[in-house]
Parts: sequence; structure tokens; C-alpha cells
Amino acid sequence: MKQGTAHITANICNKFGNDRTRLMDIAIAVQERFGCVSHEAMEEIARAVGTQRVEVESLVTFYSFLSVKPQGKVVIRLCSDIVDWMKGYSEVAEAMARELGITMGETTPDGAITLTDTPCIGMSDQAPAALVNSVVVTHLTPERGRQLVRDLRRHLDPQQLVTMVGNGNNEHPLVRSMVRNNIRMRGPVHFAPFEPGKALLKAFELAPSDVISEIKESKLRGRGGAGFPTALKWELAANTPGEKRYVICNADEGEPGTFKDRVLLTECAEQLLEGMTIAGYAVGSDTGIIYLRAEYRYLMPYLQSKIEGRLKQGFLGRGILGKKGFNFDIRIQLGAGAYICGEETALISSCEGLRGDPKNRPPFPPQEGYLKRPTIVNNVETLCCVSRILLEGAKWFASIGSANTTGTKVLSISGDCRKPGVYEVPFGITTRELIELSEAENVGSLLIGGPCRQMIGQVRLDGQICYDDLATGGAIIIFNGARNKLEIAEHYLDFFIDESCGHCTPCRVGLTLLKNLVHKVISGTGEPADLDRMRDLSNFIINMSRCGLGQAAPNPVLGALEIFGDASGGFVAERKPGLLPEFDLSKAVIDAELRVGRQSKYV
Amino acid sequence: MSRISFTIDGVTVQAIKGQSILKAADAAGIYIPRLCAYRDLVPHGSCRVCSVKVNGRIQAACVQTVIEGAVVENNTPELEEYRSNIIDMLFVEGNHFCMFCEKSGFCELQALAYRFGIAVPKYQFLYPKREIDMSHPHVYVDHNRCILCGRCVQASQSMDSKNVFQFIGRGIRKRLQVNGDSLAKTDLKVTDEAVSVCPVGALVRKRVGYETPVGLRRYDEAPIGDDIEPGKGDR
Amino acid sequence: MQAKTRIATVSLSGCFGCHMSLLDIDDRILKLAELVEFDRSPINDFKDFQSRCAVGIVEGGCCNEDNVEVLESFRKNCDVLISVGECAITGGINSMRNNIPLKECLDEAYLKSPGVYNPLNKIPNDPEIPLLLNRVYPCHEVVKIDYFIPGCPPQADALWDVLVALLSGKAPVIAYKNHKYD
Repeated sequence: MKQGTAHITANICNKFGNDRTRLMDIAIAVQERFGCVSHEAMEEIARAVGTQRVEVESLVTFYSFLSVKPQGKVVIRLCSDIVDWMKGYSEVAEAMARELGITMGETTPDGAITLTDTPCIGMSDQAPAALVNSVVVTHLTPERGRQLVRDLRRHLDPQQLVTMVGNGNNEHPLVRSMVRNNIRMRGPVHFAPFEPGKALLKAFELAPSDVISEIKESKLRGRGGAGFPTALKWELAANTPGEKRYVICNADEGEPGTFKDRVLLTECAEQLLEGMTIAGYAVGSDTGIIYLRAEYRYLMPYLQSKIEGRLKQGFLGRGILGKKGFNFDIRIQLGAGAYICGEETALISSCEGLRGDPKNRPPFPPQEGYLKRPTIVNNVETLCCVSRILLEGAKWFASIGSANTTGTKVLSISGDCRKPGVYEVPFGITTRELIELSEAENVGSLLIGGPCRQMIGQVRLDGQICYDDLATGGAIIIFNGARNKLEIAEHYLDFFIDESCGHCTPCRVGLTLLKNLVHKVISGTGEPADLDRMRDLSNFIINMSRCGLGQAAPNPVLGALEIFGDASGGFVAERKPGLLPEFDLSKAVIDAELRVGRQSKYV
Repeated sequence: MSRISFTIDGVTVQAIKGQSILKAADAAGIYIPRLCAYRDLVPHGSCRVCSVKVNGRIQAACVQTVIEGAVVENNTPELEEYRSNIIDMLFVEGNHFCMFCEKSGFCELQALAYRFGIAVPKYQFLYPKREIDMSHPHVYVDHNRCILCGRCVQASQSMDSKNVFQFIGRGIRKRLQVNGDSLAKTDLKVTDEAVSVCPVGALVRKRVGYETPVGLRRYDEAPIGDDIEPGKGDR
Repeated sequence: MQAKTRIATVSLSGCFGCHMSLLDIDDRILKLAELVEFDRSPINDFKDFQSRCAVGIVEGGCCNEDNVEVLESFRKNCDVLISVGECAITGGINSMRNNIPLKECLDEAYLKSPGVYNPLNKIPNDPEIPLLLNRVYPCHEVVKIDYFIPGCPPQADALWDVLVALLSGKAPVIAYKNHKYD
């Protein structure tokens, strides 16, 4: 390692206090400075923070935005989510690769540009989209892809690609992004006017335990999708003895097809920061962390400025709004490309400067979370709800929505519909209404995203969005009747295989085996028993996996099977005696035929 | 120390508060199959072989602490099938050539497969490409056989006061890695506990293989778990 | 006297160790001879099926096109097929090549490896030499297999117990001490 390089790396470590728990920030900074975290840099980092190289390597190799091998000065990450596929990903990818003269995953020989793909970047409403370093480009076409490459070749400056900015705060000088909000329906919780500080003052009129009671009365449940009662989580953390507690905002919106937090972070930042502060007051915490997914890095300077603004206004910092003894500060922890970090214990691991492996439970985070201290992790939308509940009262909030699921839900609707975008709707709305709102036609199936991710067909169109029926973290993806459901399932399996942390066997190995089975059926060599095998394997993975990823990943497969019913869409044939249909002798001998130079006598 | 009582397959078991179900079962002479869990190492909870049903929900017995009055199911056809599936998966995930492996007869993965009566894994073999690190004079790492149980990672830290091993990558590409360019560049000693705790033939001491004749090896006659609950694993 | 059950055996890509193990049932071989009639088998050196068989015992995996052809004929001519030994069940030692492209394997074996004398610099191409498959396939990935007897080779007792059970119409069980992968 060159002296200068070592010096810069050491400086970066120093900037983060040579703190082992800030290894994420250090690795991200080194990656941005050098285009990789080399083994030499790992040695240097390990020395500075007092750990071993293999520990740093363990972290670097876990996150897809970090790399051991050098990447180009500019990295184009083309979003390969299923919605992007439906909107022309393949053609754009081919155009860009051809223009660059490389294939997907490669870097141009001059080391300037890397082209790679990446799972959902939260832009399904404006797909196909890509990240160019941290700059978002949307509505790509093959021609625009080629032009983008030509432009980059000239200036290598992603920011110059933004020639037209989006609406709302996307125009803000610290954002300046071409992203559009696409807010199609404004509800009373998130998109009503919000005056900073007022909800906080309301909270201060109450004792911390009464704030929790207020939240309890509102029946607020986690908006990430699992729907755990927020007040219960807070109560558990508040009642766990400890000198320090943490409030973490989960802004790692990685569920494919979800982009509502992107809009909330852009348009409701004050409401979110205030919600975190109220949470801090309620559970007795003085530190908040926003875990911001790497894909939303373009929002970071803006969010940072909002935090600083609130510090100046006395909404953050020491003795907030004159309340003696209540101090609260917020820092942003950037992620580095790992879907699993949306799982709260994995998110905590990541904040601690570790691989994003979920932790064993019990203990649960409110008992023992970040740095082994009581920690609450809440979704962006949940924390925004908190501010509104304090402003308008629990009763008002509870009067919206369905019986057991109060309030509104911000949905991200995309796919085969005319009006993709963000909809704030009362809970209890039916899927049929959503289809009408988004102007979708010839609907074949819907994917309701979230930890209870499921694919539903025509029969369930009267299903309600709520925790008793169709629970969702916010993603609604619409597929028209012409789409092949098993192919959709296979696409999602590919995603989960890439994003599995690999800790537990059922998820690590099972998903690959399930994908192979699905692929076998799609390729026409399946037999009826394979459908049962798919069902059994799916149930095994769901029942035996350690965390929510594996417990939900096979759901699209089960959904597809359910929609099929007994008819398997002509994919599956009864087996004939003799060779198995999946064994193809002509394919099996082709390598030898080519190398040896003669044809098999049996083919 | 407060005592807790719960049942495993209908048998009442006494346990200490805070104890894992696995430890409590061991003490009561009830064998719950397990693979990654090892004596006093902090449970890794990764293999999921020790999954049991606790009040109807599947939990890893190594991680889940005892609950007063809980109804734990251990030997049910469903759980037995699930455990067997895991062993199948571990066999097809790597390249396990028992016929020339020094660990054969002592291997816990193999022993569980024997106990479960697995003749052939129910899944297709993946035949991955894996490396072997022979650089160290006394120990080698064969990634073909590694099942990512994490025993060596933890034993190196907590028992050897080193940090020789860690995991890199994620998902199906997750691998064991050593702290250096090769095993020889680490401070691993042949006497390290990290080597001893390997349940399979992934970490092997050189030049001591096949010492025990076939027939006298650990799992040749008695199934794994027979020391905890004799006579249950035989067919 | 009742007609004897017809049995066929074959060693595909294996080492004949499983067949040796079958002979290792010692004096029980006499009893076996009373129960069964060997059809196509290396034991009597019949190269073709004489008639339909009740049981086919397959040793070895499928490494080449001939293996596939033979296995297919076993499936067609036998009511019950048993995969015997690790090569048939897992691909065995041969499958160590399964993560290396065939071209690399052939080049290494016939062109590059130290000590190779091959002045024509060609991969052998005699029509008598069957073409290798891109990888080694366990038998059950090529045809349906009904029973599996693991071991390298399987214990003689395991072979005996399974055969006797099948011949007497019972479900075969391999005792713990005979259930081995080595």
C-alpha cells in the first residue's frame, strides 16, 4: 500500500474516532475514496480500530455496495427488479453494455465505468431506473441509456446527468434529483400540513409514560409490515433498566416494489425527525439513528441539513424546547446495499459495524439491542404517524381505518397500471379499489409486499389491506393476466438468494434448491410431483428459517401454486418410463462432442 | 437459582431459569439432535437441526430459553423430516466425499445422516467449486466440507484468544475465511481448540488421519446422541 | 419348484468394489444362488438381457454416453432398480470433476499434465471410447431409482438384508451399523 493511501485510510478511521462500531462508515468512506476496500486498506483499518483484517473483510464482502476489487470511478447500478424488467430492463441493459463494450458486472478497461445490476432501488414508479454512483436516473430507454453512457464518458460526473429535476423537495438544492414524488393520493396523516415543534410541545405536556399510553390508545402498529404494536415495543424498552437507550429509524426500505419511505423522507422529514424525538422522550433515550439505505444516499445531505436546522431551532440537542434533562440527537447511518438490513436485528448489527446478520432472539431489541442496550427500531412511516398522533390525538387517529388496524397506510403501487405512485389510503381499503385507483386493467395477480408477502389472484380481489387480512409494508405490484406467475416467483427467488445473509441452512441452501425446482418446471421438464416438492420445500423454508427473510421468501411460489390450483399451466408432464425428462443427453454430451470432434452415437 | 418445569414430548423436565431448552433436555437425558451447537460455546443458531416446537411454534432449542409450563415437541414426524431435510441440504451444498475423508466415522454431519437413515439426499447435488488451503504445515482447510457452523470462528476467539476465522460473503456464497492471505499466514497453532471443534472434515490436522480402524470409530456402532439418550437412535 | 427371481447387475462408472462386496456375503452366496437367477451381469458375463428381470442392481454413476445407454436399458428391463454404492448415489469420486469444465478436464488429462506424451496433441477420439458427459450424474438424475444402498462399498450385510427383504416382499431396512458412506 502506498504511503499516501495508508495515510488517507488512517485519516478516515480517525475521523470516526477509530471506533470499531463505526466500521460501516469507515468502509463506505474508503470505498468512495478508492473505489474499493483492498486487503491492504483492510489491514490499515483493522490496525486503526483494533480488530483483525478478517473482521473487516467479513463486513466488506457482505454489502453489495462495497468491494474488495477496484470498481470504476463511476458505477452504474441498473435496477433489475421485476417491475424494471416489465418496463424494459433487458433492452436498456443491453444498450448500455454494448455502448460501454463490456458485459454486466464488468468495468471498462480504462477503469472509468462499472456496469452492474442491483435489486429494487425504490423507483418502481419510474422504472427502469438506475443509480449512477448515488445519482438516480429514471425512465430509462435504450436510447437514453446509450446517451447516458456517452455523456459519462465525456465528463465522468453523475450529477451532470440531472438535466431536469423532479417535483417537491426533489428540487431542493441539496437534493437536485430527477426523481418524481408521484403522490397520487394525499391522506390526513402524512400529507396534511405539518408545523415543526408543535407535536413535540404536545408530547412535553405529558409524562413519558403517558406519551406511550397515547400511542397505545391510537392502536398504532408498525408500518414496516409485521404490524407489531408500537406502544408495546416502546413500553418494553422504557421498562428495561439501562443507562442508555436508542431510537432507530428504519429507513432501509428494500422490499421490492416499495418506495413510499423515499417520498416520506423527501416530503415529511420534519415529521419523521419529530417522531423520533418524541419516541426518545417516551422511552428515555438521548440518541437516535436513521439507518438510511445506500440507494437513498442522494437524500442524505438534505436530511442532514434538516437535522442541523432542528438543532438550531432547539428541536434537537440539549434541553429541547426548554425541557430540562431531555437531550436528543440524531445521526444518520448509511447502509451499503443489503436487503436483510431492513430486518431490525440485522439493521442493529449493521449499525454496530458488523455484517448485517440478524441476531438470535431472544433477547429482543427493546431488551437488548444496539450495543446491547434497550433499542426501539421503528419504520419511517410509523415515526411519522407518532408526530401526527400527538398533534391530533389518539382518538382521531383510531377513528381512521378498520377496526383492528387504525390510521392510514402509505402504499407504493407499481407494475401494470396507468398511475403508479404513492397512495395514502385508510386501512381497510380493498385490492379492487386499489386496482381502480391505479387504473390497472386485465389484472392477473397482485403481489402484496411485506413480511407477509403474498401473491393473490382474481379470487381475492375483495381482500382488505389491514393486519387481519392482507398485511403489507407498502408494496403493491400489479401483474396483468399475460404474465407468467411462476416466472415472477422465480424472479423473486433470485432476489432472495442474492440477499440471504447465509446464516441459517434452510434459507441459505433451501432457496437455491427451490429456485432450481421452479426453474425445472418452467423449462418444461417438471412432473406433477414437482409441484408437491415445491410446496413442501416452501413450507420447510418458511417454518425453519431464522428470520423474516427466509420465512417469507417462498411466498410468491406458494402464491403462484395457489393461483394455478391443480392446473399447472401446461408446465408439468407425467413422467414416461426411461430417461427422466430433465436429463437431456444431447446437452450432456455437447461439451465432449465439441472437444473431441465427433457426434454422439446416441443423439 | 429458580427452577422451571416444562414438558418435552409429554415428559416433565426440570430446568434452571435462563437455560436453553437444549441444555435442559441434555440434563434430563433427552436427546435433541443438533449440529452447530457445541458445549459451552455461545449457540450460533445457524444449522437449525435442533428445531423443536415450543407451544406450537418452531424454535431452535439451542437459542430458545426454557419457559415455565411450555409444551415442547421433539420427536414428531414433521420435525424429524425437517431435520433430515437440513442434513440433506448440507450434503448437497458442499462436496462431501466420505469415502476418503479423514473425519469419516467421527463426522457429526455424517453421524446425523446415519441416525436419520439417509441413503440419498432428496435434493440435487450442487457440486460447487470450493478451495482447499494446504499452506499451513500442520492443519488444512477444506472448504468442500465446511458447513458454516461457526464453531471455529467462536472457539478461536473465546477459547484460543485469537481471531483466526470469520465468515465472508453472504447467502449461498458465504464462506469461511482466515485472517490473512492463507492459513499459514495466521497465528493458528495445531493445538488450537478451533481445529478440534470442527464437526466435519473442514479443519483437519495433517498426518493423523485414519488412525482409528473402521469399526472402532466414534459413530460406527452407536448413533450420535446415544451418550445423552441411549438406545433411541438405532434401527 | 418356484421360478427363481431374475436379477441383473452392472457396474457403470464405478470400481467394481460394490460387486466385490456382493461377493463378500460369504457362504450366503449359496443361499442367494438358490433364490435368484442372474441375468445380465458381470458375474456370469452376460452382456445383454436374456429376459425381463425383477431386480436391477446398479453400481457406478453416469460418466459417459454408454453409461446412460446401459442405465436406460436397465430401467426398461427391470421392475425395480437399486442404486448401490456412493458412485451410483452421489457420483462418487468421479464427480470430483463436476465443478471443472469438461474441456479443462480433458486438456489436463491428455495435453497439459506433466508426463503426458501426446505428440499429436489431440484428445483421443476412437469411436470405441464413449464420449464423456459434461459432468458425472448420479443414477437417479438420469432414470427413476427405487432403492438406495449407501456405502463405499456398501457393507455385504446391507446388500444381503435389502435383497432378502425385497425377495420376500418386505420393505428393506438397513441396520444402523451397516448404514455407512465409506
